Amino acid sequence: MSKICIVFDRLRTEEKMLEKEALNLGHQAVMQDAKITQINTDSKKDDFDFGDVVLERCVSYFRGLHFTSCLEFMDVPVLNKFQVANLCGNKMFMTLILKKYNVPTPKTYFSFSSESASENIEKVGYPLVIKPVIGSWGRGVMQLKDKDTADALFEIRDITDSPHDRIFYLQEVINRPPRDIRVITIGDEPIAAMYRKSSGGFKTNIALGADPELCEITKEIEEISTKASKAMGGGILGIDIMEDQKRGLVVHEVNNTVEFKGLSKVSRRNIPKEMVEYALRYVRK
Amino acid sequence: MKCQECDATLNIPDDASVGEIISCSDCGADFEIAKKNGSVVELKQAETVGEDWGE
Repeated sequence: MSKICIVFDRLRTEEKMLEKEALNLGHQAVMQDAKITQINTDSKKDDFDFGDVVLERCVSYFRGLHFTSCLEFMDVPVLNKFQVANLCGNKMFMTLILKKYNVPTPKTYFSFSSESASENIEKVGYPLVIKPVIGSWGRGVMQLKDKDTADALFEIRDITDSPHDRIFYLQEVINRPPRDIRVITIGDEPIAAMYRKSSGGFKTNIALGADPELCEITKEIEEISTKASKAMGGGILGIDIMEDQKRGLVVHEVNNTVEFKGLSKVSRRNIPKEMVEYALRYVRK
Repeated sequence: MKCQECDATLNIPDDASVGEIISCSDCGADFEIAKKNGSVVELKQAETVGEDWGE
């Protein structure tokens, strides 16, 4: 019998599903609330009950990332690894890695001031999609269709001026059907996929109400998902793919603490069970 | 148990776990289960959605 630890900060359906599947498989499960855990530079693995392996499942990206750093400091095996979480959590880092490893991805433009972003967009032309480098569930993602919209948004960013507001991530608009594909990969293997259909706008996030529909994992989807997973460093990931009418599949995002409640409703695979099994295989290696 | 915001009765399922969020059906306030010992439940104000929340 093994023991798996699920680190959370908000106990959602997904974390309860993981706990249930661990117990069903005959293992022990420890639920560890990151918000009340205290760690210091003298902390040792044995000071805590992190089981044989940790699944880091915090809904807060920064909390999860920093907690993962502490776990790796104490030599606690954790999924995903710090480096993977760090890359996936920042859209700019993620896009650069995808491109470096020849994973097809939308063309993206980076600027480091509003002035430079304005010049860049005038050279490239409208429309472009602007995304915050850190953020999820489609928040702050919007199409810049003209100069007035871009100027207004850039001015707001100059006023709020949070550190990430100074990083401008502008991406080409992909000509595609009103949907994208979410693939869950476990250990570089795609195990389930769904179409996420837009509920009106151009965004397709399930968190914004997009409808999940089962998607068959074709050879092309398998290849691009595996390649994207390997580029990021593996583990348990959510790969977001668009169907570009000219170039075929392109990966626009790789997610670290992947949500799977929606996909579980339509998938034939038992996603949380496979995550638990993989975590235990990972630690036995 | 009563909602700390509007005093309505909160519906806390028997199988609810520590860390789970309980929403008041009357006013919509969210509470997190801080402690649970049998039927004795301690609640605290749930965190609001942060800029870095999500996948």
